[in-house]
Amino acid sequence: MKALYDKIVNVESGDKMRVDEHPILTFKNEEKLFFTYNGKKLQGFKGDTIAAALVDNGIMHFSNSIIHKRPRGFYCAIGNCGSCNMTVNGIDNVKTCMTLLEEGMIVVSQVTEELANDI
Amino acid sequence: MIYKDLVVIGGGPAGLSACKVALEADMKVALFERSFDLGGQLVKQTHKFFGSESQYAKTRGIDIAKILIDEIKNEGNLEIFLDATVVGLYKDNIITVYQKDKYFKVKAKAIIIATGASEKFLGFENNDLPGIYGAGAVQTLMNIHGVLPGKEVVMVGSGNIGLIVSYQLMQAGVKVKAVVEASKNIGGYLVHASKLKRLGVDILTSTTITKALGFDAVEGVEIVKLDDLWQRIKGTEEVLNCDTICISVGLSPMHQLLSMAEANMIYVNELGGLVPIKTCDYETSLPHVYACGDVTGIEEASSAMVEGKICGLMAARHLGFIHPNDEALEFELNNQLCILRQGPCGEKIRCGLKKVGEIYD
Repeated sequence: MKALYDKIVNVESGDKMRVDEHPILTFKNEEKLFFTYNGKKLQGFKGDTIAAALVDNGIMHFSNSIIHKRPRGFYCAIGNCGSCNMTVNGIDNVKTCMTLLEEGMIVVSQVTEELANDI
Repeated sequence: MIYKDLVVIGGGPAGLSACKVALEADMKVALFERSFDLGGQLVKQTHKFFGSESQYAKTRGIDIAKILIDEIKNEGNLEIFLDATVVGLYKDNIITVYQKDKYFKVKAKAIIIATGASEKFLGFENNDLPGIYGAGAVQTLMNIHGVLPGKEVVMVGSGNIGLIVSYQLMQAGVKVKAVVEASKNIGGYLVHASKLKRLGVDILTSTTITKALGFDAVEGVEIVKLDDLWQRIKGTEEVLNCDTICISVGLSPMHQLLSMAEANMIYVNELGGLVPIKTCDYETSLPHVYACGDVTGIEEASSAMVEGKICGLMAARHLGFIHPNDEALEFELNNQLCILRQGPCGEKIRCGLKKVGEIYD
């Protein structure tokens, strides 16, 4: 299972976890947007939240728990839990699940030891 | 400072319905929604609703959202604030709003709280691993953004949300390994459970999750059988491989604004948690502050829409804005609520509402 995710993480084009066919919904995914995540260039689509684009790129580890530094994903996707907070364009603690992706966004996860101890 | 007749907090089914009726009564209304879109949780609900025609039965949640939004979005007396989180509610009917890195204040003659609910979490070993999501979070990811959470899912909880999201995961091409339910009985409607069973998904009752397996992401889940006293039966542990665990163990009302303004609150298990005590006119203990929808007790979008309309009507009436259909509408809406809450499926909500002083028996 881990190997599967490592494989996905190394693909930089995104578009790996998208729904192929759906009996009810159609997803346009017309306009590609490029952004960087921890310095790596990734691709999402217009209308994605940052969190959705990250999951599509195989990224599940969004933050670390404060004391034990355990990896965490996001839980709620509607702005309640705070597990998806990242630094976006230099602003800390942005809820990536509630923020729409924009071209050229600079997204950095807040998982460094220094920042974790600083909270 | 912005001045309005009415402020509605929350743009879901309850808030949108409240706006509609208040606008019909000629109020100047401001609607605040913290997301970038109106519709609340309806915008990810691809299933068709039950109930009666007045609550859009047989229509999909996503389409109901469009109807509710279209009904009000062009009204001249309505100002809609998106991406706008209400972070403060004060006793003089002033709210503080956070929008696009700025704070501002709004004063209103009346305020309707329709903040909805948040998903509950569950305690088990390793419950914070990446790959463990609320069922609603997965619904957001796949039905709004078309992104799948993983390839194989174990669903914890067989209430309607657990069952419906499991079915929607299958529709989107994800394998549901099993639905796990601690209680002896399936929690949701049989019609949803039957759909899953027809697709070959096991619904394991009297079974709970003991731990998530994996180091930096979910690789599996250990489940165990429970006896009649909800104790784990040794030797019945079983491991299911999966990369995603969905938690669907109920919702709790988003009471924070009401609690911070020191409204009288009561903890009611049947309603999902802390709810405001309110009059039969939906007014909380704070004058001209009303509440409707899931924040007053976890129910369904159908009843949230009706409650929202009543709330809009009452907020207007108490300030002298008389709706053209005032009393007839009130009678009709209360009747709709009674019908929605009758029968065995409405027993829990009736029991909960009794504890806050509303009687439907």
